[in-house]
Amino acid sequence: MKPKRDLAFQAPASMEEIPFGASFPAGHLVNPNSGYRTFAPKFDHDKCIRCLFCFIYCPEGAISKDGEKLTVDMDYCKGCGICANECPRSCIEMVKEGE
Amino acid sequence: MGTKAFLSANEAAAHGVRLARPQVIAAYPITPQTTLVEKLADFIADGQSDARYMMVESEHSAMAASLGASMMGARVFTASSSQGLLYMCEMLSYVSGARHPIVMADANRSTATPWNIYGDHRDAMAMRDSGFVQIYVESGQEALDTMIQAYKLAEDPTVMLPVMVNLDGFTLTHTYDLVEIPDQEDVDRFLPPFVTSNKLDLADPKVLCGTIGPALHTEGRIQQCQAFETAKKKIAEIDAEYAKLFGRSYHGMYEEYRCEGAEQVLVVTGSAAGTARVVVDELREQGRKAGMIKLRSFRPFPKEFFASIAGRYKALGVTDKSISFGYDGTIYSDVTSSLYSGGQCGTKTANFICGLGGRDVSKDHILEMFDILRNLSDGKCEDEVQFIGKRW
Amino acid sequence: MAIVFKDLPDEELIYGQKSCQGCAALLAARLTMKVLGKKTVLACPACCFAATTSVYPESAVFVPNAVTAFPALASTLAGMAVGGEALGWDEDVTYLGIGGDGGTIDIGLQALSGAAERNDNILYICYDNEAYMNTGVQRSGATPYGASTTTTPAGICSKGCDNTFKKSLFEIMAAHRVPYIATASTSYPKDFMEKVAKAKAMKGTRIIHIMAPCPTGWGYSAEKTIEIGKMAVECGLWYLAEYEDGKYKLNMTPKEFKPVETYLRAQKRFKHLKEEDFRRIEGYRDADWARLYRLIQM
Repeated sequence: MKPKRDLAFQAPASMEEIPFGASFPAGHLVNPNSGYRTFAPKFDHDKCIRCLFCFIYCPEGAISKDGEKLTVDMDYCKGCGICANECPRSCIEMVKEGE
Repeated sequence: MGTKAFLSANEAAAHGVRLARPQVIAAYPITPQTTLVEKLADFIADGQSDARYMMVESEHSAMAASLGASMMGARVFTASSSQGLLYMCEMLSYVSGARHPIVMADANRSTATPWNIYGDHRDAMAMRDSGFVQIYVESGQEALDTMIQAYKLAEDPTVMLPVMVNLDGFTLTHTYDLVEIPDQEDVDRFLPPFVTSNKLDLADPKVLCGTIGPALHTEGRIQQCQAFETAKKKIAEIDAEYAKLFGRSYHGMYEEYRCEGAEQVLVVTGSAAGTARVVVDELREQGRKAGMIKLRSFRPFPKEFFASIAGRYKALGVTDKSISFGYDGTIYSDVTSSLYSGGQCGTKTANFICGLGGRDVSKDHILEMFDILRNLSDGKCEDEVQFIGKRW
Repeated sequence: MAIVFKDLPDEELIYGQKSCQGCAALLAARLTMKVLGKKTVLACPACCFAATTSVYPESAVFVPNAVTAFPALASTLAGMAVGGEALGWDEDVTYLGIGGDGGTIDIGLQALSGAAERNDNILYICYDNEAYMNTGVQRSGATPYGASTTTTPAGICSKGCDNTFKKSLFEIMAAHRVPYIATASTSYPKDFMEKVAKAKAMKGTRIIHIMAPCPTGWGYSAEKTIEIGKMAVECGLWYLAEYEDGKYKLNMTPKEFKPVETYLRAQKRFKHLKEEDFRRIEGYRDADWARLYRLIQM
């Protein structure tokens, strides 16, 4: 289970709501990182041997291993392609967004 | 109540710190601050304080480590002087912006070059805009009492600002006087343990000292300004409460000494106030209408007070143990701009630069200042900014 | 403690950060937190890590954390550790610092030296991307010979950075007799995470200096981050080692080095280098390894 974005977040509307002394809640995500992405990973789950190199090497931690199949949080995958590059079985293909 | 001891102001301040029960002390030695932090080390070695003393490798780290401990919710103390304070500079505004109520002592000393280990206010004045409350004390007793008051002020939930207590280097720090040391249980009644939610907490994870962009930066600075405005009231309230418990008052942000019916009044900051009191008394005996205003809190500055006395006296002089090169003494600038904040002043003003690099501010010097103020009152011309006690 | 990938928690404690694609610095931070878990208090100086994790209202760090002044990571972190001790925090809390090469071996070295000398109870991870990347790829004391950066641009009169060696944080901190210092690479995550786990179980000043390739600053395509890091180790321009109980140890001893050209030519920052430069770099490498072997025999 990856952290979820705070979709209800609204910018402070009064002095009382602004951060005190530059402190604010930790672990708080508002904007997705999907805008970084030009290519997205596409998994061939049949070929996957669950070596978990992709899970380990992903700088974002966007890959989950706890399900039956590996899944990617597309809100936070930046499309860097490390997973595809490091997969020893070549089961990940980087596919252009929208294709 | 309390015990009496013959102490230097540094030792007295150390007693004040001990009684405030800091949990972490991080300090780096520099003359003339050393005897203060040595005394604290003695207290720890003797079991009179259970603070952790961090032997940091620099002043920058002293304030950074203080911040780290404060971020955990600990009550902390540090002290410095002169070059050390300047080296710490980056951390001062860091601490204030993050609203961590660290209390520090500055043993006021000149800043190089030329090298000079003796007292003046150039170090603290250079930190004017750091966001530290700056309080200047007149005596060892006031140093001790102000340390305790400083924690109460800093940690007040409506203030949450760091405080710098200023002691004139050598003139105070190394000068001995009879000082009353309050009892721990009385101080404990006055100063409860530090409680804050602005801290690192595993149960409520926060980012401290994060980045805040243009969208809310101004509002954060307004919060800081509001805290300084609140501090103006709190300094007086805390002093009054302290007076009730311990029988000593320092009159809040400033003290008016024999100003009733005065025509010439001198604004004095720090140890020179003690000398000025004596001169004022002697002048009054001679029938001269002299008075003194002791400026205790430089930041926040008692602007409203100075605005309210515009036109009250014929002449008002301001002593400065520093000068802002290319302009006037720093305190003088603040006093005059406050006097004029109502649009007009009606009082003639003069700035006396004195006590630089440890040069003594003597009774004769203070007398000379009052003579200049009398000349101004009589309509004679005087230079607005004068170095007092210069050789040639 | 052996790290087995499938047994690692799926939960992420560094997540949603705004770093460049393929950023190994943030990968190092993420892997660190995978090992350390939630009983961690984190500090970082002004650096890529801070800039990509802690800009209001976003926070990509899921434990209590603080941004410190640039020279002040180790000193602030040490204050946190001492504060925690003074306040009676649990002894198994890790006080973790994450800082870049500039913030560690240049401007932050004095504070780190102080903390190490006092043996303050901190775990310090230096991610090394070999330049001031957050400010736009300026040369640092960790920038290798020949690298073109924005302050050491290669040109007719310049070979790029003229550092004849990377400042060795490993040897500098070992000279402080810290309980533990290791080097690591994001391309060898098992080795790195085992080092983090070992450090976590110890007390005092523990330091891990991890090579973290930077696609933006080094000039290679983002998907090559792991590959580039491996090449650095395979050609001997980076090494995996530990200093513990007064003893040095190499975790990987290459039988023979792969050619440095392969590694250097894969990056734009070295594209101006010529044959003679490669030989020169090999010379530096060999001298470094000779010293490493001497240390190990000590």
